[in-house]
Amino acid sequence: MRLEFRHVSKVFGSKAAVDNVSLSIEGAGFIGVIGRSGAGKSTLLRMINRLGDASSGQILFDDADILALSGRDKRDWQARCAMVFQQFNLVPRMDVASNVLHGLLGRRSTLSTLFNLWSEADIRRALGILDRLGIAEQAAKRAEALSGGQQQRVAIARALMQDPAIILADEPIASLDPMNAQVVMDALKRIQVEDGRMVIANLHTLDTARRYCDRVIGMRDGRVVFDGRPDQLTTGVARDIYGADASFSEAATSTEIGALGDDQEYAAAMLGD
Amino acid sequence: MTDIAPPSATAEDYLAQTRRKRLYGAILLAIFVAMMASGFRLADARNAGGFFEGLHRFFDFPAEIFSEAIAKWQNIPGLLWRYLPSLIETLNIAAVSTLIGGIAAIVLALLSTRGLSLWPRAIPVFRRAMDVMRALPEIVVALVLIFLLGVGPVPAMAAIALHTMGALGKLFSEVAENADLKPVEGLGSTGASWFQQMWVGVLPQVAPNWSSYALLRFEINIRASAILGFVGAGGIGYDLKTALQWGQGRYDAVVAIFALLFATIILVDHFSDRARARLVRGATAKEGRI
Repeated sequence: MRLEFRHVSKVFGSKAAVDNVSLSIEGAGFIGVIGRSGAGKSTLLRMINRLGDASSGQILFDDADILALSGRDKRDWQARCAMVFQQFNLVPRMDVASNVLHGLLGRRSTLSTLFNLWSEADIRRALGILDRLGIAEQAAKRAEALSGGQQQRVAIARALMQDPAIILADEPIASLDPMNAQVVMDALKRIQVEDGRMVIANLHTLDTARRYCDRVIGMRDGRVVFDGRPDQLTTGVARDIYGADASFSEAATSTEIGALGDDQEYAAAMLGD
Repeated sequence: MTDIAPPSATAEDYLAQTRRKRLYGAILLAIFVAMMASGFRLADARNAGGFFEGLHRFFDFPAEIFSEAIAKWQNIPGLLWRYLPSLIETLNIAAVSTLIGGIAAIVLALLSTRGLSLWPRAIPVFRRAMDVMRALPEIVVALVLIFLLGVGPVPAMAAIALHTMGALGKLFSEVAENADLKPVEGLGSTGASWFQQMWVGVLPQVAPNWSSYALLRFEINIRASAILGFVGAGGIGYDLKTALQWGQGRYDAVVAIFALLFATIILVDHFSDRARARLVRGATAKEGRI
């Protein structure tokens, strides 16, 4: 399992959102991509899933150029490369279990989609995944009736239903409160470790990256400015990534989950709801 | 409490503005009245006969019809029964054409909506196609089709379905424009096809409003289908034309047919109003919960 970027650029108008990025990610692991808003993190992730196309360069997965895929091949790749979004991107009016089953759509025929026919085995698998994420009792509710943290766990369940090689998480906790953010990040981390998957997550803050990642990639203005272990993230590096504005760097290191500390009881209470 | 006197300059400005508005209003009203008067005089002068000379007949005709119908009132229940199959044929034409037109409108609407279309570059093509379908009056299409295919319900169905496609397609597309694209993107990221993205991601969002518009169109199509009977498309319109052409002696049939049509339209209006209110209100209530 090897994902490789070769001189990848993405240009919007005259501005390069991603500027000549080359890097390679090998095997299972939790990779965090950090940087300010507009640094090109989302654009980078979306190109892997082919929600956005690159302007130039190659993205290789196990030596196959995924940017060259089209039609059925492209959809097959998307099925193997699950995505979790900041706004969850569930179908709000459908029930939770159906939303999880949508992870299989890429491998299903038009006819079975038309009549919403899911096999009992698929339904059982979906419920099993929901159980693993601690929200099995919500299966019959409409997705829109759930809290943000629960909806994001449904989105992770949908990703798992795809049985993907890679899970891409685009700002998975940016619209959640600190408690829910910790629950969601814990779930992602547990999946990554237990299943041995490759997880690439865009994160806003250094602190979250330090806590959960095996490797951190720092981006600024579309370029990779840091690539290393989380313990190498010093204040100087943070300044490189977030800019010379010291107060911003400070803020970036001390929000979200950091503010919550290590209160395991709190997290346990959240998981139990 | 004392009134605070505004600066006199402001007051003067405002009063001047008010006077100007009143003047414009008066001029507009004068133009409107003049146009009405001249238009009416022109129409009256060009008319064979004349409006005022013919006015009394406007009431004589219904009076004649009703007096005959009242005299032969015992025929009416039998006539109602006799024309019921024609009414059902008219309703059938309306229902089938609404269904066919509605399904085609769904496809056209999705293909001509920004953010959803399968081929975004072709959006103007589909939009113009719908414009053309809407612009052609049903009766013109029906006349051409009757000329080509012969008298019968099929030309009427095709004509109404074509018009429905264009009309509903535009309304459907406007509803779909407001659909939330996040679910569509989410489904797309799993490798779902365009059809799957639309069916699972868009349809649940737009279904209440789409059904409401389709019901409204069904009402309109009942009237259209009755009118198309006049040009030979079958149904109750054809019976009405025959009875009216026959003239005196068949006025009881005319009244029976009108009664059937009125009752049907009022009933369908009533029930579809209620159904539409529930569809749309239900939808907004759910949205409010998010």
